[in-house]
Amino acid sequence: MSERSEFDVLVVGGGPAGIAAACCAAEATPRVAIVDDNPALGGQIWRDEPAPSTSQSAIWYQRLARLPVQIIAGTRAFAQAGPHILVAESEDGVCELAFRKLILATGARERFLPFPGWTLPNVMGAGGLQALARSGLTMRGKKIVVAGTGPLLLAAAAHLRQSGAEICLIAEQASRRHLIVFSVRLVCHSSKLQDALALRRELAGVPYLTSCWPAAAQGKEKLESVMLRRGAKTWSVDCDYLACGFHLVPNTELAALLGCGVEQGRVRVDDLQQTTVPDVHCAGEPTGIGGLELSLVEGQIAGHAAAGAPDAARGLFAKRKGLRRFAAGMDRAFALRPQLRSLPQADTLVCRCEDVPLGRLREHSSWRAAKLLTRCGMGPCQGRVCAPAVEFLLGWNVESVRPPVFPVRVESLTTTVTGAPPTLS
Amino acid sequence: MPDLVQMTINGVVVRVPRGSTVAAAVLLAGSSNLRRSVSGELRGPLCGMGICFECRVAIDGRQHVRSCQLLCREGMEVTIGV
Ligand SMILES: Cc1cc2nc3c(=O)[nH]c(=O)nc-3n(C[C@H](O)[C@H](O)[C@H](O)COP(=O)(O)OP(=O)(O)OC[C@H]3O[C@@H](n4cnc5c(N)ncnc54)[C@H](O)[C@@H]3O)c2cc1C
Ligand code: FES
Repeated sequence: MSERSEFDVLVVGGGPAGIAAACCAAEATPRVAIVDDNPALGGQIWRDEPAPSTSQSAIWYQRLARLPVQIIAGTRAFAQAGPHILVAESEDGVCELAFRKLILATGARERFLPFPGWTLPNVMGAGGLQALARSGLTMRGKKIVVAGTGPLLLAAAAHLRQSGAEICLIAEQASRRHLIVFSVRLVCHSSKLQDALALRRELAGVPYLTSCWPAAAQGKEKLESVMLRRGAKTWSVDCDYLACGFHLVPNTELAALLGCGVEQGRVRVDDLQQTTVPDVHCAGEPTGIGGLELSLVEGQIAGHAAAGAPDAARGLFAKRKGLRRFAAGMDRAFALRPQLRSLPQADTLVCRCEDVPLGRLREHSSWRAAKLLTRCGMGPCQGRVCAPAVEFLLGWNVESVRPPVFPVRVESLTTTVTGAPPTLS
Repeated sequence: MPDLVQMTINGVVVRVPRGSTVAAAVLLAGSSNLRRSVSGELRGPLCGMGICFECRVAIDGRQHVRSCQLLCREGMEVTIGV
């Protein structure tokens, strides 16, 4: 039998949304915990930030430190052991986390699109390379091409440049026209405008090419150069790394596993961030990609609501509404252009776990059939990388989740007490 | 002097700043690839955040550990390329 802890409010995910949720919940109720897969709290943006005491992250960390919130780091929730009980795995083994209210703040991941050569070592996500730079990889003197789409390209490029890298160029697939509409919206959000202007200063002199994307990554054993395309023109740029991501995808797997309604890739929530399953709330990126501010506001609303203080939550509705409108504008600005569907060739791998090329997927008519017959999406990442790509490339509906939501050690599965017997993939 | 951790990668002793992840340590040590795919391709980290499993290595004999999610520890034995 595994160890069991009980909480009034359990938060899964210790990014900005989870931290805000835990703070608001703990101010009203005892026994609050955050469980996070990573060794450190902070999620994708605050992790390892050397926080000056005035920054926004420092304010939240200090607020959290004053509260009796239990932090369970390096531990990921992967299945449900019964009603109101999650099972989680860490390096030390398995534990059961029982809760009265659950807040899912599982964040987002980058969307990757296949193109020839994208599996070569040193082709990474934009946030992925940034994360490695934050966790000890030195960037001094490295030449980096940043490509794909979305505001993360700029944030990652600025950070990599600060770490000493030379950013050769930033290739943004969205058109200039789309971005101009978006930047007009920025002006209405003073904090976001400040961020944008700061990024522009930090990236002064770096070419930012719109309507431009990577056509191929080239190299023998690792990346040596990137072929870029813009209009009718293609050319090659030598570099050490390609940092390439196509905006973000909400992490909805755990919510789906618990039976929460998911629509168009987002967890459905009501005004109080409550999902379609009683006692389960969801906040931040899983409800739709919105960025830091929206994650913080949704986290606070979910925290207040889960702790039984809906009036405190209501005070934040207006702010959330404005930020959601902004997020919708961002989705439109960085929508993927159809030409990107023709980037992969028949022999380009789509599923990197099972090495399944696009040509083999095209022999099938649905995600389900392709999974069964090619093993696409059946490897350890369980489709987290290839499913969003397949959805875009082939238009298939890729929503299907089974426990465990992450591959776990066999010992961990055998200690799972009830529920449908989890299957190993 | 930065605080260093000593470990081995495929038997070779390396020292990396404390707080580095194993994935960063392997790249710092000069190898871009961490594993071979099912069809034998060399692969390195992709997502840096624990979701893609491209950074799997063996650590102290335990297989399939995501090296981007694990901090280096004194005396750790890392095996890459399998
Ligand atoms: C790779 C990457 C880099 C980014 N970099 C920037 C940047 O530099 N600047 C910027 O403005 N925005 C950045 N973003 C956008 C950023 O994600 C959001 O603005 C903000 O961090 C969202 O906060 P969140 O709390 O909703 O999610 P996140 O910050 O993503 O936090 C979610 C947390 O939940 C954990 N988790 C998920 N599932 C489980 C589970 N089953 N069990 C346990 N823990 C789990 C994750 O490990 C993570 O720590 C980045 C996004 C990504 C994906
Ligand atoms: S690089 Fe993706 S899981 Fe480690």
